[in-house]
Amino acid sequence: MAQLIAKDLCVGYEGRAVLRNLNFEISAGDYLCIAGENGSGKSTLMKTILGFIPPVSGTIMTGDGLQRNEIGYLPQQTLIQKDFPASVEEIVLSGRQGNSSSRFFYSREDRQIASKNMERMGVRNLARSCYRLLSGGQQQRVLLARALCAAEKMLLLDEPVAGLDPKVTEEMYALVAGLNREGMTIVMISHDLDMAVHDAKHILYVGKPVFYGSRQEYLKCGLSLKKAGDSV
Amino acid sequence: MTARLLMYLGYPFVRYALIVGVLIALCSSLLGVTLVLRRFSYIGDGLSHVAFGALAIASVMNLTNRMLVILPVTVISAVLLLRTGQNTKVKGDAAIAMISVGALAFGYLLMNLFATSSNLAGDVCTTLFGSTSILTLTSADVWICIAMSIAVLLIFVLFYNKIFAVTFDETFSKAAGVRVERYNLLIAVVIAVIIVLAMNLVGSLLISALIIFPALSAMRLFGNFKSVTVFSAVLSVICALSGMLISILAGTPVGSTIVAVDVLAFVLCSAAGRMRGGVL
Repeated sequence: MAQLIAKDLCVGYEGRAVLRNLNFEISAGDYLCIAGENGSGKSTLMKTILGFIPPVSGTIMTGDGLQRNEIGYLPQQTLIQKDFPASVEEIVLSGRQGNSSSRFFYSREDRQIASKNMERMGVRNLARSCYRLLSGGQQQRVLLARALCAAEKMLLLDEPVAGLDPKVTEEMYALVAGLNREGMTIVMISHDLDMAVHDAKHILYVGKPVFYGSRQEYLKCGLSLKKAGDSV
Repeated sequence: MTARLLMYLGYPFVRYALIVGVLIALCSSLLGVTLVLRRFSYIGDGLSHVAFGALAIASVMNLTNRMLVILPVTVISAVLLLRTGQNTKVKGDAAIAMISVGALAFGYLLMNLFATSSNLAGDVCTTLFGSTSILTLTSADVWICIAMSIAVLLIFVLFYNKIFAVTFDETFSKAAGVRVERYNLLIAVVIAVIIVLAMNLVGSLLISALIIFPALSAMRLFGNFKSVTVFSAVLSVICALSGMLISILAGTPVGSTIVAVDVLAFVLCSAAGRMRGGVL
């Protein structure tokens, strides 16, 4: 059984669909790239996956032992975070908030998990550093470590390379691909299809027309799709 | 001077004022960090005007316990204001401006129409800038204030991690299954309570200063949330205490003296932060 299944899914706001009739399945260890132009409904789809907004019609279900709140989420950075006084450790630890919702304080286990994930993302030595003073790439690693604290099976990344320079962008993609090799299911939202298609196993192109298929299938008919998308 | 201070400290009302002042300063600085970081500084300001309007209504109704009107009205306004964040016709900042000036105008209008004393201007000035009310507290007032402060402190300590998480990244918290709306509601209610309490100390126009200055000062010096919170609490208590002592000795108005000390502390912290060239 797949971890996430969308069936005839229409997403949108207040009953008005932005995207219609999406059908896809994400199974364990998959790497799905959701691509599309700005305004194509990528973020709306993402909010629906996370359960922030209900689907207009159709269903989206989690399966294979995955709960909706077990999807580790890497949101885009907000304005607030740019001058937020917080140490790396504090931020990564806050990834455990969903797992300890009944308790008030973090347990030793929470701290160990946070420490392990900082190690994994190579930001352990920055644990006491101030987040706002880090470089863009380091900040993304910190937020990725936080997402890993919340999730063991699936990560949802929203434009993870936005605003990063080319070298750091490559590092970021390598990091995500590495997590995928370790068995983590990856769902990445991106408007930069050319780069993302490199690592992805499946592609969901939300545009006109909508495309869903494996990377090979996409590469076969990808170009014509893109042209069709441009001319619409 | 020490002898004079000791003489003043001999009076129970002075001791009451100091206790209440310290507690209010402590509570307001704690929530201040969250408010400043979420760009909600103005909510404190807006709510304090609402509290002023509510106070006017309470005075007109000649209530013995004005809290009964002021507290619920302010709490409801706080909840409504935080709700306006998204998807509403009136945007957040405009809503705050609307409610706050509206409440201010109605408050003054009511006080004017139903004036109970001959010194209207004095009354208004007192409620806006605080003056002697902190020195005229009854022991019942003091106990109410102590109880509410303890409640605020307890809530803050227990929900510290959640408050941090929700402040830093609301979307992530939501995705992790935290009931973000519930915590926002909690924060709104606590802020309303603090503002009503602080009205006694500094008057309704100066409350925001008590909330935002210690947080801003701490943010000039520290780079992690815990240090910022602790430092702003300590700084706020020191400023409030020294402000009150100065005002007792020099006969200056309590509220504005405290705020003046807060401003001075902010300038010093900014200078210290710049000299060191960054945060810790």
